[in-house]
This record gives sequence, structure tokens and C-alpha cells, in this order.
Amino acid sequence: MAELVTLPDRPILVLQPGKGWASLDLPAVWEHRELLYFLTLRDIKLRYKQTSLGVIWAIIQPLFPMIVFTLFFGRLAKMPSDGVPYAIFAYAGLLPWTYFANAVGNSAASVVGSSSLVTKVYFPRMIIPGAAVLAALVDFVIAFGLLAVLMAWYRIPIHSTLVMLPLLIVLETTLALGVGMFFSALTVKYRDVRHALPFLLQIWMFVTPIIFPSSIVPPRWRLILALNPLMGVVENFRAALFGQPFHWKELAFSTAMALLLLVFAAYSFRRMERTFADSI
Amino acid sequence: MQPILKVYGLGKEYLIGSLEGSESTIRGALTRAFRSPLRALRGGGTERIWALRDVSFDAMPGDVIGVLGKNGAGKSTLLKILSRITEPTNGRVELYGRVGCLLEVGTGFHQELTGRENVYLNGAILGMRKADIARQFDEIVAFAEVEKFIDTPVKRYSSGMYLRLAFAVAAFLESEILLVDEVLAVGDAAFQKRCLGKMRDVSASGRTVLFVSHNMAAIESLCTRCLYISNGRAEGLGVPHEVIGRYLSAEAMPRAAAMSLESHPNRQARSEVLMRSLLLTGDGARSAAAIRMGGGLSIEVKYRSDQRAFSPVLGLVIKNNYGLSVFGINNRIVPGFQFETLSREGTITIHLRDLPLMPDTYSVDLHFGDPYFDYDVIYDATTFEVLTSDVFGNGKLPGAECGPIFWPASWTYSPAPQ
Repeated sequence: MAELVTLPDRPILVLQPGKGWASLDLPAVWEHRELLYFLTLRDIKLRYKQTSLGVIWAIIQPLFPMIVFTLFFGRLAKMPSDGVPYAIFAYAGLLPWTYFANAVGNSAASVVGSSSLVTKVYFPRMIIPGAAVLAALVDFVIAFGLLAVLMAWYRIPIHSTLVMLPLLIVLETTLALGVGMFFSALTVKYRDVRHALPFLLQIWMFVTPIIFPSSIVPPRWRLILALNPLMGVVENFRAALFGQPFHWKELAFSTAMALLLLVFAAYSFRRMERTFADSI
Repeated sequence: MQPILKVYGLGKEYLIGSLEGSESTIRGALTRAFRSPLRALRGGGTERIWALRDVSFDAMPGDVIGVLGKNGAGKSTLLKILSRITEPTNGRVELYGRVGCLLEVGTGFHQELTGRENVYLNGAILGMRKADIARQFDEIVAFAEVEKFIDTPVKRYSSGMYLRLAFAVAAFLESEILLVDEVLAVGDAAFQKRCLGKMRDVSASGRTVLFVSHNMAAIESLCTRCLYISNGRAEGLGVPHEVIGRYLSAEAMPRAAAMSLESHPNRQARSEVLMRSLLLTGDGARSAAAIRMGGGLSIEVKYRSDQRAFSPVLGLVIKNNYGLSVFGINNRIVPGFQFETLSREGTITIHLRDLPLMPDTYSVDLHFGDPYFDYDVIYDATTFEVLTSDVFGNGKLPGAECGPIFWPASWTYSPAPQ
């Protein structure tokens, strides 16, 4: 009966108007980690429900551009590819790029797409863009399978540099989460983001050495190109696969940028999160 | 005993706006910034309304508080603040227990996922742990009665099965404070009864429930206290019976309670205009176009004739929503109510006591005349509403399929000798 209920001396939660920057409240995110898992699982299950090709789409996404780019740039334009066959060179760039573009695109749309959740129940909102990024990561892992097949096909030897791959994937995930989370919050207030983001991503792809090696870029432009934090990821991704020397400076810069972006995005998100339910 | 929930001076202001369309585009923000830089920075230029203002109350463990109010009064805003979905503009809430929130059943349910997948996803969204869901999974499924279809996508479910499963997950939420918004408005009668039973169990176990509903019978039978919100302000907190009475007299469709009959569109073609105005009065002499089941209703008509004096006769026919006549009465046929005094002008009132009408909207045909003839007839002169009430004191009512009338009855029983 009611008398059995013992209440804590202090309130476990106080709700009052917030001002300025809010704390990140990471313990609450940790407490809801199972929700992150279930939302990711839902995203993956739903994406390929009622498609006849199913998860093969995860492979087709980087594979088709690879074929097109190989024909036009590899065969016709004779684009140099740092000593590996152009097809696998392009795939090794398109793979991390597709992951990044999907992760950013999906998470940017995720909060608005979850308006029925946002207006009906509370949980740390960061989980929503987080789950979208993780779901894209699963696609990446599947598409990575084809890369392994291609590497075997082209008889590219296994290098010890492969051990860097997990680290690079973590770095790229951090970067995608930062960018995606920031845009997901911005989309709630400014739906323009939905229209602008595809352009941004398209331009971003062309300033990242995906279909061309950064070695063809003149040194004085290289510095500007290196301001793109994705460059350190893609360049080193290839280096790890093909056993080439790492680009340490770019890697360090990318890591610093990714962390900065994530922290900035997380605080901005928390700040904008307050009005989500009212303005979504 | 110490309250589990304290609410002090809670307020929520919304921006609504003249600038709506341009508000949420970058272009809109930029143009405003150029036109009036200071105002744009302060976020001014839009209209503001207080959805909730200066609301204070406490809830004790085991309390079931019914929240009453018209649509748009601020009930849902209150629940949204308490559940952290939105922030208050001012005031403060102290929570001494975990909050579970059911603003709708089946939040996050997805058509393409199976029942099993949805139970886990929905449970996680509501803040349940995977291990807890797994432990109670069989109970949840049994409560929802969907054992056979648990691995079928919910898009193949009937709407009843869908709602039962959705409510079942929520019913197993183990938070100390439960916020419930209108979930009982769904599902068939049998399932609603089970939900009510489940909510009784919840409060019996010492947990606190805040319960928004338009179902007065449910509120009256479940709640220990009632909070009545009008225009964002708390207008009353107290015993359900009293608060419900105040709510009904204050809010329920005052528009139709008093009206002029001078130029009524439904007046029969050859009628003389004799009936001038109409006033509906509920129990306790409050003017109201809504009464509770079993309550009384008085219908007052003022008449005036320029030609002759009347010994007035007023009759009415009450019809339900489908236009079916439920009953009619006039003082020509009832002995003792023939009025001898002739007058060109006067007020005549029909008093209907203890109306055994089921909840619905009813319309009233008015017939006015003298002992021989009806001179003025208005069809569907007005409507009134009969609201659910816990007439039997146990939260149960006859089903709507039984007809428009409920009738008090008693039973005798003599078992056959063994």
C-alpha cells in the first residue's frame, strides 16, 4: 500500500526553465543505450523491408558509382590512382564516402522524421541522430565485404597497416556524428537544411580525394584541401588498405577537427533541443 | 506523508504567429534580421500565448489525479512539461520518482515490424530495460491477447489487436509516477474495462497517476482527486465529484444554453412566432447545455403574443443523434399542469428530473400552444449533451448498443433448493 513507498529526500529531477548552454547529460544517454540499440535495429530492419534486393543495396550504393567512375575517369580520362587499379582505388574512396554521406544525410533528417517520438515521449534526443549514424555504419560493414572480395580479385597483398582501419572508422563515425547531429537539430528549426544538404554533400565529395588521388593536387592547393577533415580519413583509409605510408599530419588534423565538431555539435544540439517539441 | 510530485507556479508560453510561414526558414530569419535587427535578435515580433499559467499542486504517492478541461485548456501541455517533452517557461517541478509517460499508446510502433519487435522497441522508448521487457514479455502478450500473432508484422493486426498490444506494453511500465493522456478513449468496451482495472492496480501499489480524460465516469471512479484547468490556469483541485460539477457547469458548451428563438431557422413554416427565448438549466440552477447521466434538465421558454392571451402549453420531443425520438411530453396530457391564467406574455418551464439518458448529444423539438392547438413549432430548436457519469458507482455502464436509455433496476434471486 501507499505507506510502503519511501521517497528520496531530494527530488531526483527538477524541471525548470533552462538558460544558455545546457550540460550534455551523458549519463542519461548511457542509461538509454538500449534504446540506441533498438532504434538502430529498427532503422536497419526497415530500410530493406519489402525490397527484393534487401541488403545488397548497401553494396550497390558504392559499387555503381565505382563502375561509372572507373569507365569515365579510369579508362577514358586516365586518372592516376597511386599504383593500384583504378576500380579498387575508387571503391576504397567511395566506401568511406558513402558511409559518411549516408550517415550525415540520415541523421540530419532523423529528428524531424521522428517527430511522433519527440512530441510524445522524453529520452535524450541525441540518441536519434546517433542511431541513424550507427545504422549507416552497418551498411558500411556490409559494403566492406565487397572490398575484401575486390582486394582478393586484384591480388592486393594484406598489409600490417590494416590495423589502422578500426581507428579510422571510429574517427569517421565521430566526424559523421558531429556533422549529422548538428544538422539534425538545425533541420528542426530551418527545414531549408533538407534542401541544402544534398548540395553541400555533393560539393564535399568533389573536394575530397574520392575519385582522384590527392597526389595530383598542386602542393599550394593541397593545404586548402586538407582543411576538409574528411580528407585525412579517406587518404589514410587507402593507405591502410594498400600498405602505403600514412598521412600523419592530415590524420592529426582530422582527429582534432572531428572531436571539436562533435563537442560543438553536441552542445548546440542540447541547446536547440529545448524547443524541439514546440517547433517540430 | 511527503508529496512525490511538487509543482510550483508552472507556466508555459508559446509563440504563435503572424510570422508563421517565414519563421522557420533561414530566409525568413534573415529578412527579419535586416528589417529590424534588434527585434529579430530578441525573437520578438510574434504573438505569445500562455498555454499554462501559474499552476501549482502536489501529488502524494498513491494519488490518482484526474485532469479535466476543455480541449486547448492546457492539460496536455501540463503532461508534456511533467514528462520533460517540453520545458516550462517559468515555475518549477520537483519529482521524487521516475516518470513514465503515456501521451498516446504505441509511441514508436512501426507497421512493418512484428509484434515482438514493437514490444521491445516501444518498451525501450518508454524507458524500460530490455531485461525487464524480456521478463514480462509473456505477461504483456497475454494481456494483449495476441499470442498467436506476436511474430506477425503489426500492419496485419486488426486495429483492436494493435491497440491492445500497444496499451499492454505501457501497462507494464514500472515508474513511480505515471502520466496518462486519454488512452482510454481507444479500444472496445471490454478492453477499456481491463485498462481501468490495470490503472486501479497501479494506484493500489502506491504509485501516482495523473490522468487526463474526457471520460467522466472513468475519472470519477478512478481518481482520488481532480484538477480542473481552464485557459491554462488551475481552477480547482479537490474531490472528483465537486470538481467535475464545477467543470460541467462552467465549460460544457455554454453557447447553446441560452438562445433567442425570435428567428429560428428550424421553425415550422406556418408557425406564429410566439416562443421568444430558451434557457437550459442543469441541476443546481446552473445554466448548461450539458448534463450528467441521471441529472436533471429544465427547459425554460419565454413567450409573447401581440394578438391574444394564452393558457400556455409547452411540449417537447427529445431525439438522439440519429434523429430517433426518445420521448416526448407536454402539459396538455399530464394532469395537474393546466394553467388557467391567461396571459399574452410569460415564462413556462419544463422540469425533467433524473433523466435516464445514455451519453450522447440530444436535440429538442419545441411545441408551444394552448390546450387545443400548437401554434409555434421549432424542430431541433437546440441540442444538449449528456455526459458520462459513474451512475452505478463502480465505473461500469451499459454498452452503447443497449439503446439510448439506462434504467435503474433491482434483482431478486431464489436459487432452486438443492
